[in-house]
Amino acid sequence: MRFGVAVYPGSNCDYDTYRVLRDVLNQEVQLIDYRTEKLDGFDCVVLPGGFSFGDYLRPGTLAAHTPLTGAVKEFAEKGGLVIGICNGFQILTEAHLLPGALMPNVHGKFVCKHQYLRVENSDTPFTNQCEEGQILKIPIAHHDGNYFVDEETLRKMEDNGQIILRYCDEFGNITDDSNPNGSIKNIAGITNESKNVFGLMPHPERAAESILGTEDGLYILRSILESYSI
Amino acid sequence: MLVKFFIKPRKGVLDPQGRAVAENLRSLGFTEVRDVKVGKYIEVYVEETDREKAIERAKEMAKKALVNEIIEDYEFEVVED
Repeated sequence: MRFGVAVYPGSNCDYDTYRVLRDVLNQEVQLIDYRTEKLDGFDCVVLPGGFSFGDYLRPGTLAAHTPLTGAVKEFAEKGGLVIGICNGFQILTEAHLLPGALMPNVHGKFVCKHQYLRVENSDTPFTNQCEEGQILKIPIAHHDGNYFVDEETLRKMEDNGQIILRYCDEFGNITDDSNPNGSIKNIAGITNESKNVFGLMPHPERAAESILGTEDGLYILRSILESYSI
Repeated sequence: MLVKFFIKPRKGVLDPQGRAVAENLRSLGFTEVRDVKVGKYIEVYVEETDREKAIERAKEMAKKALVNEIIEDYEFEVVED
């Protein structure tokens, strides 16, 4: 499978993602400059974490208006798999590839820790290696992860199975205490309507090797490989 | 011309920064403070002499980049600079 990892000025998880895809999952992977106008020969594009364009104006806004993100939009419209991690998720919402918006954390602090997540839908290209209700432990690290969407859109997303991950406690309970940033309904990850575009605040690439304390991110990354091999 | 954009958290969207500032003001004795919204102020200088055109373009700027209407409200005014 051939992956592309987007590189915007200020991306800082690009090489972590590149390394995990290449060295842990043994896939073909290429870094893609943000000025790139055409995407050829990729099976999946990853928008990595970081602080693209210094989070100026709003996180993800300036990156959403680059030539590369324009190409990613075309790629997604043709059914290509796109995953946006952390700042990548913010870019996808600002580019209107995903509904809603990511606001500053409700407590105003940067949050950086291991977080439990409950898999709400395992019937997607990004979660097919998970069980429904499975609890994953994956790190989060963000200042603007407070997901917000209007009630009507939220209801449609819920009906259509677009809520993929929710913040939970270690037993899988969705509680206010286990919500690290104030996200509406503890939402940590969502897809678009056709489920080929996935955005999530947690960092699966930081949870792909046992030396880092958890390998649960591999459930997500291996799901992508599985969806490609079908 | 100069376009002044005033952007603030949308009504109904929680504004933790505003709430913290409100609490701070009250703690300083400004007990009359009922609510605070913290937003952004942006100045855009444009090469345009037609006021109506500047207004139209300003709306597009807001929609395409400066404002995220899911979470923000805005107003703007066009003045001679």
